Amino acid sequence: MKRALWMVPVAAVGVAAARKAGAAAHGAGTGDDRAGDRWLTVTVNRPEEDVRRDGKLPEPLERLADRIDVRTRPAPGDRGTELAARLREPTPPAATSVPARLAGQDPRQDVRRALREAKALLEAGEIMLPDSPPTTRPTPGGRLVGLIGRRSGGEGVL
Amino acid sequence: MKALCWEGVNKLSVEQVPDPELRNDQDIIVRLVAGTTCGSDLHLIGGYIPAMRAGDVIGHEFVGEVVETGSAVRRHKVGDRVVVSSFVGCGRCWYCANDLWSLCDNTNTNPGVGQALFGYETAGIFGYSHAMGGLRGSHAEYVRVPFADYGAFTVPEGIDDTSALFVSDSVPTGWMGADLGGVKPGDVVAVWGCGAVGQMAARAAILLGAERVIAIDRIPERLEMTERYIGAETIDYTTTDVAAELRERTGGRGPDVCIEAVGMEAHSDGPMHLYDQAKQQLRLQTDRPTAVRHAIHACRKGGTVFILGVFAGAVDKFPLGAVINKGLTVRGSQMHGQRYIPMLLDRLAAGEISTAHLATHSVSLDDAPTAYDMFKHKTDGCVRAVIRPGL
Repeated sequence: MKRALWMVPVAAVGVAAARKAGAAAHGAGTGDDRAGDRWLTVTVNRPEEDVRRDGKLPEPLERLADRIDVRTRPAPGDRGTELAARLREPTPPAATSVPARLAGQDPRQDVRRALREAKALLEAGEIMLPDSPPTTRPTPGGRLVGLIGRRSGGEGVL
Repeated sequence: MKALCWEGVNKLSVEQVPDPELRNDQDIIVRLVAGTTCGSDLHLIGGYIPAMRAGDVIGHEFVGEVVETGSAVRRHKVGDRVVVSSFVGCGRCWYCANDLWSLCDNTNTNPGVGQALFGYETAGIFGYSHAMGGLRGSHAEYVRVPFADYGAFTVPEGIDDTSALFVSDSVPTGWMGADLGGVKPGDVVAVWGCGAVGQMAARAAILLGAERVIAIDRIPERLEMTERYIGAETIDYTTTDVAAELRERTGGRGPDVCIEAVGMEAHSDGPMHLYDQAKQQLRLQTDRPTAVRHAIHACRKGGTVFILGVFAGAVDKFPLGAVINKGLTVRGSQMHGQRYIPMLLDRLAAGEISTAHLATHSVSLDDAPTAYDMFKHKTDGCVRAVIRPGL
């Protein structure tokens, strides 16, 4: 019973993540008819000239340069630079479905991950890696958490 | 190496796991000298914190010796004795730059999980679920410490390992409650919980100039310890109407600042405890906010309630009406250790804060599961069990 109950919050995390991201993808229940083409944005605690040094995009966004539009502007309150990106081509609904996202096939995941990594490199000088191996005993619940974790860097609310 | 692993709800065991390795240039590897049980560990052991995996190494409050450094580490060298903040901060994002280290943008390697739960993710923390970064914990022979120049602090000569250990988490957490709760000279401060964090919050309130500090618990040895080592007054809630007692001791006003240092598995002796426990066991609420409710009701009009205890999700019967109609400020936070640890080491060296009394038990890593059981059930006078891999 206890083991079964433990799965509830794990599943809840997955469902919450999927619903939140699903709502973002399709505008369901949010009244957001721009969900598919919103700018994904991070604020980098560096001046704009550091973020777009020599006019180039910061790594690893530069690697996606042919697929994305990027804009930067100073953040208010001396908070650095707002760095935003979005895919040039509209994302087809099938690519933003929950199965596609769990499979890591939503192209927006690449953009979110690249934004987070660019911010980390610009601010902290490195992308902090998880411990390896993350854990040592495979269980069904652990595999589910592991899958959510692997997708986590490309998901969320940017 | 040996490590204490979470194997499922209320199941811990000591297992062989791979040694940690440097994963980034700013990492160090620390050989553990001592770690300690923490009340917040009980929440994840009991299955109340989501996103744990069987085999996860737990533990987040520790002191040890540097045995390996990454190529970009500047402030530490092999052989340094260090105490490490339980939360990991990169040191250069806006949050770290503004001393809000537990909110660091760059150290939670699973940001989407935290964002689904809380809207935005926390920083990473050692041994505290994959929602909070999935870092391996410190109840092991060795642990990897990312961004070590910012999160590891050399322990000055003259401070023993056991005393320094609690500066990793308990002491800064308590200090933060009093500091960010706005305690100032002349205040009356009430603290719910006389565990290590509650005791340190009470001591911080005294050092910040509070006129009276009153700590509340039900465990006789913890109440006695709080009076003896902290210098605070106490109330045993099993024999005293706390609200009435606080009104009487404060001229009818209520405390200026109320600090909750209990968390999601709060106990009480009223029917609300049974209600909360039933709802939590059925997962109809994730947390039992008993002490938070008491603090909100007891606080004076216009006062401040600071929530130090760990909560993971949603609570029931939160007295929002009291917050609004009494004009309260309610604030909470995970621990910004890097903000306070250097100052606290100085105060420890100066004798203003004592922590060694918290270490009521000392065990080997092999005995850690038994120690956690003793700690959970508060048997044998256990306040904190210190786990020493070298024993």
